[in-house]
Amino acid sequence: MEVNYENGLNLKATELRLGLPGSDEPERQTTLRPNKRTLSEISCSGMTDDGNDDRRQSAPPAKAQVVGWPPIRSYRKNCLQAKKDEVEGGAVRYVKVSVDGAAYLRKIDLKAYRSYPELLKALEKMFELTIGEYSEREGYNGSEYAPTYEDKDGDWMLVGDVLWEMFISSCKRLRIMKGSEARGMGCV
Amino acid sequence: MESSELKRSKDSVNSCESARRSSFPDEVLERVLSLLKSHRDRSSVSLVCKDWYNAERWSRTHVFIGNCYSVSPEIVARRFPRIRSVTLKGKPRFSDFNLVPENWGADIHAWLVVFAAEYPFLEELRLKRMAISDESLEFLAVSFPNFKALSLLSCDGFSTNGLAAIATHCKNLTELDIQENGIDDIGGSWLSCFPESFTTLEVLNFANLTSDINFDALEKLVGRCKSMRVLKLNRSVSLEQLQRLLVNAPQLAELGTGLFSQELTIREYEELESALSNCKNMHTLSGLWDATGIYLPALYLACTHLTFLNLSYAALQSVELAKLLAHCPQLKRLWVLDTVEDKGLEAVGLNCPLLEELRVFPADPFDDEIVHGVTEAGFVAVSFGCPRLHYVLYFCRQMTNAAVATIVQNCPDFTHFRLCIMNPGQPDYLTNEPMDEAFGAVVRTCTKLQRLSVSGLLTDLTFEYIGRYAKNLETLSVAFAGRSDWGMQCVLGGCPKLRKLEIRDCPFGNAALLSGLEKYESMRSLWMSACNVTMNGCRLLAREMPWLNVEVMKEDGSDDSQADKVYVYRSIAGPRRDAPPSVLTL
Repeated sequence: MEVNYENGLNLKATELRLGLPGSDEPERQTTLRPNKRTLSEISCSGMTDDGNDDRRQSAPPAKAQVVGWPPIRSYRKNCLQAKKDEVEGGAVRYVKVSVDGAAYLRKIDLKAYRSYPELLKALEKMFELTIGEYSEREGYNGSEYAPTYEDKDGDWMLVGDVLWEMFISSCKRLRIMKGSEARGMGCV
Repeated sequence: MESSELKRSKDSVNSCESARRSSFPDEVLERVLSLLKSHRDRSSVSLVCKDWYNAERWSRTHVFIGNCYSVSPEIVARRFPRIRSVTLKGKPRFSDFNLVPENWGADIHAWLVVFAAEYPFLEELRLKRMAISDESLEFLAVSFPNFKALSLLSCDGFSTNGLAAIATHCKNLTELDIQENGIDDIGGSWLSCFPESFTTLEVLNFANLTSDINFDALEKLVGRCKSMRVLKLNRSVSLEQLQRLLVNAPQLAELGTGLFSQELTIREYEELESALSNCKNMHTLSGLWDATGIYLPALYLACTHLTFLNLSYAALQSVELAKLLAHCPQLKRLWVLDTVEDKGLEAVGLNCPLLEELRVFPADPFDDEIVHGVTEAGFVAVSFGCPRLHYVLYFCRQMTNAAVATIVQNCPDFTHFRLCIMNPGQPDYLTNEPMDEAFGAVVRTCTKLQRLSVSGLLTDLTFEYIGRYAKNLETLSVAFAGRSDWGMQCVLGGCPKLRKLEIRDCPFGNAALLSGLEKYESMRSLWMSACNVTMNGCRLLAREMPWLNVEVMKEDGSDDSQADKVYVYRSIAGPRRDAPPSVLTL
């Protein structure tokens, strides 16, 4: 399978983000992985292209980290930080979920679910969309939306490709793509 | 007392002995005044006449000092000879947000030394934003044999060793309340320092601490302190341990749980549920770290009489909150995280008609991607269902003028309105206009307003409104707002009851600063940081007003003429002598 996964720099030029340039996105690697379905399409198409830009114009401009703002007491800040650091092997496993076309992200706790069907059902309910059935050969072809995730190597995978336990431990964030874009993912 | 009687008592002071006999005897006056608890009433009383001043100072047992540098411990001791309880506040509030240098001051030790000499029978010490070392805690523990209550809120400089000293030496301790401090948590053996014979503890709050504690020692302590009514545990205490504690302390009125997440068997769950529901006096519940929907139902039966529920460390979803609130009909105060979203707040409006206070904290305040929290819709929903709401702290990412107008129409009794639109200078997201009209509506409608925090895109108009209408306002917090000096001038020229004004990142300069010359003497303090005030402006202020301390904190690398951070406060103790090099006293 061809990997035309671009280096991080090009990504940032075309991607629609709200953070400041240079903030926190990790360098992505171009690696060939057998048995991994890679999402070549994501790198070129950007986050959203379906014209829901009216929501963007009322979204606040990119902001720098200001000292002491928002006014959260240090104690509470430290508690929040401790929670984030607890993710590895902890009792909770929060990941961000973005949906193409939605202005806001959400967070879910992966450990609250015990299997793929449970997770997918919850995502369908949360975002009010249909994801459809997964098949190993064809992925989510035929559905309006396809759930993908970024694993700890920085690769984007289709949800369902690996065993549930491995998914839980390696998933860093979820992105629910429009089905048309996901079609770019070839079969194994 | 009637003014004619006052006059009579005043006149009687000046007349001869026989006339004195018919005036109000001192002992009776002292006895009557000893019933006065409010320190503001007592201040008023002390101004009536010399007799009353003396009677008041001899009968006062509790002193409240809102700014530790406004007075010296010697002056306090000279005026009030019979103090048994002291409340002291130190650093400016913006130190909570790292805007005050580390070693700024507010050290308690000098006070303790004077108290040890003048108030050997001191019983209570309540500190907020003070620096306190382990040595000071040890000194405290051994200097006051009658010591009963220690409360430390947002303090720093001490470790668990200091707590060990308190536990070891304070034989009559009834209260140990350690909240939100910068504490060096070395370990949990301090709990074992309470002697086996010790049984008087009524309040124990160590939720602040992160390390494991000696559970065995805790269990025994709780078991033998039969009068314990407040117990707030830290994260290290598990659900199973909680159950064991509760079985021996069903009389608890306030409970802070430990971690609310653990694998429990059905039997263990039922035991927990039973232990919780047996706490018939419980009116306050907090802790609940990492609580998820699975075990929250164990709380349902215990929530019937709950008046204060603090869920601000539990990232609940809307459905979980709704289910819980259905069991909390008596709730008056609720603190939540914005993970509950607007739907969760709708549930608040539906289930909690008696609600008076709501605080919504952000779960992801520093995330540069927008994570869904609460919006204006949630706040509006609460206002429709909770007409008694008078205290709100609300962190959100979007707000409209119309929504705020609706909110205050529904809840006109606000005394504390703290709205934080998290992106600085953000306008009404629907109309793109400034948020002036929102706060205009607040100050016009809420005549009882005492405390206001503003945010969003604001012009000077907001401050015109505040100056004109906020007649009872005592505390005002402003950030990233205003257009010119005029804004601040309006506030200083209006707001007759203003006591605390804290401003950051606003275009207010010397003209604004100096327009408040007379005002500052009737205020506790003024804070201005990252504004347009210069050193010359501050020097002028210091020169004109000898009863004010004007302190400037310089940042590294800033222009010499700029006064980066200014802290102005009235004081009868003169300029302080313990300021670090980064703080200039003018």
